[in-house]
Amino acid sequence: MAREDVLVTAEWAEENLDAPGVVFVEVDEDTTAYDTGHIKGAVKLNWRDDLRDPVRHDIVNQEQFSELLSERGISNDDTVILYGGNNNWFAAYAYWYFKLYGHKNVKLLDGGRKKWELDARPFTTEIPKRERTQYVAKPQDAAIRAYREEVVEAIGSSNLIDVRSPDEYAGRLLAPAHLPQEQSQRGGHVPTALSIPWSKAANEDGTFKSNDELRKLYVDEAGLDEDKPTIAYCRIGERSSHSWFALRELLGYENVKNYDGSWTEYGSLIGVPIALGDEPGSK
Amino acid sequence: MAVDANTALSGAGCGAPEQDTALPASVDLEKETVLTGTVVNDEGDVVQGAYVRLLDGSGEFTAEVVTGEGGQFRFFAAPGKWTLRALSRFGDATGELEAARGLNETKLAVSR
Repeated sequence: MAREDVLVTAEWAEENLDAPGVVFVEVDEDTTAYDTGHIKGAVKLNWRDDLRDPVRHDIVNQEQFSELLSERGISNDDTVILYGGNNNWFAAYAYWYFKLYGHKNVKLLDGGRKKWELDARPFTTEIPKRERTQYVAKPQDAAIRAYREEVVEAIGSSNLIDVRSPDEYAGRLLAPAHLPQEQSQRGGHVPTALSIPWSKAANEDGTFKSNDELRKLYVDEAGLDEDKPTIAYCRIGERSSHSWFALRELLGYENVKNYDGSWTEYGSLIGVPIALGDEPGSK
Repeated sequence: MAVDANTALSGAGCGAPEQDTALPASVDLEKETVLTGTVVNDEGDVVQGAYVRLLDGSGEFTAEVVTGEGGQFRFFAAPGKWTLRALSRFGDATGELEAARGLNETKLAVSR
C-alpha cells in the first residue's frame, strides 16, 4: 500500500477542502478544540460520546455506527479525511473504526491539528451543514480487532507491542493520584510484550516518520518478528491505533490487530499473567 | 516517576487536561512537582495554541500539552532534569529545567 493511499499531507488537504466527495472529520476526546476552530468544512466526532457504547464497555455496533455516520452526513462513497489533536491518536482510532466497519476510502491527515497549526493554516468556527445520508456499515472485520483471549494466546508466540510510556509499561505508573481516570486493577504489561512507545513513530510536528525510520524502530531496534502476527495495545486502544496504523497501513504488515480493550481490560482480568519492570519478561 | 500528562486526565480518556492558570485544589505542592510556564513570541506576546512537549533526562518524549489563553502550560512530573520544547506558528524554543518539588516556573520564547 502506498503512503498516499492512507495518508494525506496538509498541502493536499488545503487544496481539497471543497473537493466533491471528500469529507474532513475532526476526531477528539473532547470537542472544545473543534468548537474554537477547525478545518473548514470538517464535521466532528467525539470519542467519548460518539465512539463508545453508552452502556456496555465496548465500541459502538454496526447499526450504531451506521446511524452515527448517516446523522453526520457521511456516505459510503465519500473519501473521509480524519484528523485531530493529541498527535492524531483519536483520529487514528477512528481510522481503525472506519476500517473495522468496512469504509472503502479513508485517510489520515498527516500531523493532524498540530501540523495544521504549526503551518499557520486557517481554522474556522463555522459549522458545516450536511444532509443526512443512508450510511450502511459492513460487519466488523475480525482481522484487525484483537480480543483478550488472543492476547493471552499471543504471549511468547506472536508479537505483542505495548505502546504506552515506559513508566506505564513497567507498572510504575497506573494513575496519578491527583487526576481521576478509569483504572485497571493492576499495573504492568502483558509478558513478552515489547515496549515501543507510540511517540517513537511520530516526528515532533505530529507527522509519521518515514517507512525506513519506522522499520528501523520496530524491527531493527525493538526486535519485531516480521514473520509473526502482531497485536498492539495501550491503555484504552487509541494510542495503539496510532502504532497499528504505522505497522499495518504504512509498513504494510498484513496481520496486525489493535487490542482496543487494552490495559484497562487486561489489567482487570482475573488470573492472567502480568510482567513488571522494564523487561518484557517470559511466558 | 514521571507522570505522563497525556495519560492522566479527567474522565476516561487520554487527552491533556485544560491548561488554565489555576492549579486544581487537589494538587498538593508539598508532594507534587509541577512544571509550569508561559510561551511568548518575539514581541513578548503570549502564544495560545503552542505545543509544549516534556522530554525526560535522556531526551525521550514524556508528555505534550497545548497552551491555553495566556500561553500557559503545565506538567506534573518528578524532581530532576527535564527539557521543555515549544512548537508554534511563530517558531520553536527549547528550555532546560532542573525541577524540584513544588512549583517550577519557566518562560519559553519561541522564534524562527
